[in-house]
Amino acid sequence: MSVQTQIHTKPQAAARTAPAVPNKMVARDVKVFYGAKQALKGINVEIQENKVLALIGPSGCGKSTFLRCLNRMNDTIENCRVEGLIALDGEDIYGKGIDAVQLRARVGMVFQKPNPFPKSIYDNIAYGPRIHGMATGREELDEVVEKSLQRAGLWNEVKDRLREPGTGLSGGQQQRLCIARAIAVSPEVILMDEPCSALDPIATAHIEELIDELRENFTIVIVTHNMQQAARVSQKTAFFHLGDMVECDDTEEIFTNPRDERTQGYITGRYG
Amino acid sequence: MTVTASKSHYQSEEFARRLRGRYAAERNFKIAGIAALALASMMLVVLLTSIVSKGYTAFQQAQVRLEVTLDKAMVEERNYTAILRQALYAQFPQITDRTGKRTLNELLSSGAPYELEALVKQNPAIVGTTQTVWVRADDEVDQFVKGNFPRTAPESERRLNDAKIAAIDAMTAKGTLVQAFNTTLFSAGDSREAEQAGIWGAIVGSMLTLMVTMLLSVPIGVAAAVYLEEFAPKNKWTDLIEVNINNLAAVPSIIFGLLGLAVFLGFFGLPRSAPLVGGLVMALMTLPVIIISARVALKSVPPSIREAALGIGASPLQTVTHHVLPLAMPGILTGTIIGMARALGETAPLLMIGMVAFIVDIPHGLTDSATVLPVQIYMWADSPERAFTERTSAAIMILLGFLILMNGLAVFLRKKFERRW
Repeated sequence: MSVQTQIHTKPQAAARTAPAVPNKMVARDVKVFYGAKQALKGINVEIQENKVLALIGPSGCGKSTFLRCLNRMNDTIENCRVEGLIALDGEDIYGKGIDAVQLRARVGMVFQKPNPFPKSIYDNIAYGPRIHGMATGREELDEVVEKSLQRAGLWNEVKDRLREPGTGLSGGQQQRLCIARAIAVSPEVILMDEPCSALDPIATAHIEELIDELRENFTIVIVTHNMQQAARVSQKTAFFHLGDMVECDDTEEIFTNPRDERTQGYITGRYG
Repeated sequence: MTVTASKSHYQSEEFARRLRGRYAAERNFKIAGIAALALASMMLVVLLTSIVSKGYTAFQQAQVRLEVTLDKAMVEERNYTAILRQALYAQFPQITDRTGKRTLNELLSSGAPYELEALVKQNPAIVGTTQTVWVRADDEVDQFVKGNFPRTAPESERRLNDAKIAAIDAMTAKGTLVQAFNTTLFSAGDSREAEQAGIWGAIVGSMLTLMVTMLLSVPIGVAAAVYLEEFAPKNKWTDLIEVNINNLAAVPSIIFGLLGLAVFLGFFGLPRSAPLVGGLVMALMTLPVIIISARVALKSVPPSIREAALGIGASPLQTVTHHVLPLAMPGILTGTIIGMARALGETAPLLMIGMVAFIVDIPHGLTDSATVLPVQIYMWADSPERAFTERTSAAIMILLGFLILMNGLAVFLRKKFERRW
């Protein structure tokens, strides 16, 4: 398979990643254009399995754009063009054999603003498994709902009111509901686009704990504006600046010993 | 503490004056708004009062009580006119001359013999007996009883001569001429005789027409709106289509009538005056309204809902049918019902396809000749008889009743299905 060889023959990639941890997703020279405007100028990133990759950088640097490339959410944006290669398990997700709908079931997404469906808590979680035919019968579906809510740490708070609307929960609960909804379809990768930016510190702490637990079963990519959050939840961090990926390394390395001047400037708060 | 600094700008007299000016402007604006509202409601009240005061009498109709002897031979000859006249003459034994009898004949509706015939057909056992029956009085008698023809005018300028008035007074005194609820208005089709005319034919015609309109324009309109809003690429072709749809909504309705005449009658050879064609034309007319309101409703669904559905792997169609469309439904329903209400009140396009016709029969199918409520009003308003004036107003009241009902339904449905997030 040509994609596979291409990924493995990149000497840089081989040198910088520990060989023991396989790459779940790989981005090679990803360029994104909105009409004539170029938003990403050739991004190269490896996303390792069962690790949390944090994308940091000043506003408008292309973190969210890159995140949305990973499950082809940019397909829905008019005039958006993606070049380069993004592979999931060695397979080009923009290739002919991959269907965007199928891909989004494998690569789930949690958005900046909690966006539960205006339906019951139960239906919010059950919707994905239902449309993907993952549960046959009522009991199995109940089980999926319960398990998803438990993994999202929301079960104890909502188990007595599963029939009440999901929009009636607090902001933090809504966001955990959205995470539960995303994991209900058993994705392999979960993308989180500033999942805590609309939440208070306590709800944020909840979500951060949750991310750490979810890492065991899922590969997570998180966009965040909060440097402390990146330091707390991630193992790998990528710093974006003006559509470029400046550097990507172990989180500890980035925060203690950044190689690039711009990275240092950003994490020490000189700009951004 | 010493006050050393001079008063700031915000405490100065100059500023206080400006502040007063701002409040005055706000007060004047409110007064203007209230005045506009008062004027609008006054016009509405005048309109409704005028219609109701002219029309409420149409819900009553003068009826004559007769003791008819259903002679077997006369029934076999179907000479019901003679049976009725005999019974009427019996009430006035003193009138024996031909002129006097003719005056009496004119008291009864020309449709009275048919009423009696229908009664006999319904219950043949009454032949050979004497029965008390109520038949409609002539519309002029009815109008006189309602006080619409002044009795003080000189006889030569009156519709009813002295002899007739005397007979009416005598019957009223005896209780054989009374006002009763006008069931004919709600059960009959059109007629040249006001007392036999009803709007049921027009109501059925309107219902059939609206049914065709709804069955065509709602699915096509909603599907078009969903495609344009959710699936179509935004390029110059879809821009062109959008501009055209917006323009079509503003096209005078008579143009749609001409189009219907040329296409449905001229080219496809569909029957004239049929609710089918009326419905087709109305569907063309309502389609842009429904498309525009459905697009607005779809646009108002927050994009985060679409992202949420797409993000867990729903296909674009599932996203639309499971999430976007249900959330847009209240808006779509409102737009649809308002479009339907507009179609219900529309006359002009129907003029072109022959639905302005004198049709006595109640339509039974989509291809029967029919007319609709507003057209019926238009035709009655054209009739010179005094009795049709009040029936015109009554028909307007019924049409308004239907419109209020539909708009009320729109409000109810919007409230019922509206969801907050």
